[in-house]
Amino acid sequence: MTAEPVLAVEDLTVTLGTRRGPARAVAGVDWSVAPGRTLALVGESGSGKTMSVLAATGLAPRTARVTGRVRLLGEDLTALPPQRRRVLRGRHVGFVFQDPSTSLNPVLTVGRQVTEAAEEHLGLTRRQARDRAVELLELVGIPSAARRVDEYPHQFSGGMRQRVVIAMALACDPALLIADEPTTALDVTTQAQIVELVAGLQERMGTAVVWITHDLGVVAGVADTVAVMYGGRIVEHGPVDDVFAAPGHPYTRALLAARPRPGHRDADLPAIQGSPPSPLDLPAGCAFWPRCPVRGDARCEHELPPLTEVGPAHRVRTFYPSPPTGEDR
Amino acid sequence: MSADSRTRRALSALRHDPPAVAGAAVLLLLVVVGVAGQWLAPAGVNDVDVDQMLHPPSWAHPFGTDELGRDVLSRVLVAARVSLQVGVVSVGIALLVGATIGLIAGYYQGWVDNVLMRGMDVLFAFPVLLLAVAIVAVLGPGLLTAMIAIGVVYTPIFARVTRAGVLSVREQVFVRAAVSIGASDLRIIRRHVLPNIAAPLIVQTSLSLAFAILSEAALSFLGLGVQPPAPAWGRMLFDGRGFVTEAWWLGFFPGAAIFLTVLAFNLVGDALRDVLDPRQLTLGEARRSTA
Repeated sequence: MTAEPVLAVEDLTVTLGTRRGPARAVAGVDWSVAPGRTLALVGESGSGKTMSVLAATGLAPRTARVTGRVRLLGEDLTALPPQRRRVLRGRHVGFVFQDPSTSLNPVLTVGRQVTEAAEEHLGLTRRQARDRAVELLELVGIPSAARRVDEYPHQFSGGMRQRVVIAMALACDPALLIADEPTTALDVTTQAQIVELVAGLQERMGTAVVWITHDLGVVAGVADTVAVMYGGRIVEHGPVDDVFAAPGHPYTRALLAARPRPGHRDADLPAIQGSPPSPLDLPAGCAFWPRCPVRGDARCEHELPPLTEVGPAHRVRTFYPSPPTGEDR
Repeated sequence: MSADSRTRRALSALRHDPPAVAGAAVLLLLVVVGVAGQWLAPAGVNDVDVDQMLHPPSWAHPFGTDELGRDVLSRVLVAARVSLQVGVVSVGIALLVGATIGLIAGYYQGWVDNVLMRGMDVLFAFPVLLLAVAIVAVLGPGLLTAMIAIGVVYTPIFARVTRAGVLSVREQVFVRAAVSIGASDLRIIRRHVLPNIAAPLIVQTSLSLAFAILSEAALSFLGLGVQPPAPAWGRMLFDGRGFVTEAWWLGFFPGAAIFLTVLAFNLVGDALRDVLDPRQLTLGEARRSTA
């Protein structure tokens, strides 16, 4: 893992200007992803996982103030003029969004859309673009691609549309693929196919992947590294096997415990009490403190725990990295 | 390639839509009359004949004659050009200016949106005719200024319809996706936004064409549009109002011409809207192939 990371984010902070004051959506986040590797960003809605990725690639909403350093393929994105950043991002980063029913333009044939990035950045002609579109659709496993390239999005099923979106993201041979909950809107069988597809493509093309999700089952299947986010901060970061085997943060433990497993009835799932903190009003100490089953001492409430190493490349933001005896599974 | 085949499919779908065919036929007829009206007219538009005043429709004068003995048929035919011109030019102005303003306002939002749309609100606040009269008063009466005035009056409607569409399309994920791949604003507007707001614009255009022709009639009636003795449908309609009880044909035939034109524009506009939506197109095709 000594290779230069494809995308590296350092001390990234995103503050959104809202009517009710500044909301700190992301508060000092570091992560990176190496070529051919997968980083999973895990967290509930509003934990800042999507916002950190959007801000890193310069796609944050205009009301957002972004600070920190972002390096894409060795170039400092934050220092680049917007125009250059746009080109760099468009050429080297592919995005797969959550809902395939709205991420395709209903009035354009899928062929025209799949190669849009390639036309913009590689200067393909109409004819070349079409050939490339067929090639890409075949790559993502769409049967009779040569015929379907001229069809419209509504003629595709949800899973097939998500394949089209993935083909679109791959059109420029990106160094990095960002998948923002790409399986959430799909049924379980289709989810598995999409996960498999992305994993296969990644292996074949050596693309780095940032997989944003709240589904720990998906994380276990695809990720090399996992970063768990809560209240705009990373609370646990480490190799996926280590994090799953020995979760250090009470939040991660609670998440893992709340995961449905074969043999357990749904009703038995232990839910995490309360709701995530508002980004308008983050607690001074640990953001998870109000909901935490551990709550060791007064420091938790008033002092931000540092990220501490609990294993090789495995860091946890808590004062109590190991579960107290008798607690948890 | 795909664009051509889409146009071809759209045209073939239009051909299988009887109301659209009828509308298109009427429009074609109107264009022919508009171009060749002068030569088609059996009599001169200003051939006054005091012996033939207010004659009802007959073989000699199929649409009757007016209070000066002029042949109504000839005047209706010749007036087609003016009315079509007014409709097309003024709505063209409104569409071009209004849609551009709406696109910019809806796409860029923020203060640009505020400035542009508040300007449109100001225009919109005036009663249609009052505003048109004011513009004509400034620019001086005549056909051209009437067209400009009507165009300005209808601009805010197009700006609003366009902006509303842009606002909803802008939030679609495919627009964000296009931004993410680094597409330029112009490209996003042209490829993703415009095609998706075409339907309401087409409907608005076909409706406005009708209203523009009527507005011209009103302006002409006030003496601010086409100057007499040149014929215009609206003008004739209004002139005929004093004779409704004794000479219905004075108002009926120009009125029927306006009605047919408006109907034809609406039929074609409706069909166009359906045909330009790929979902509708394939539905129609499916229906036909199973039939």
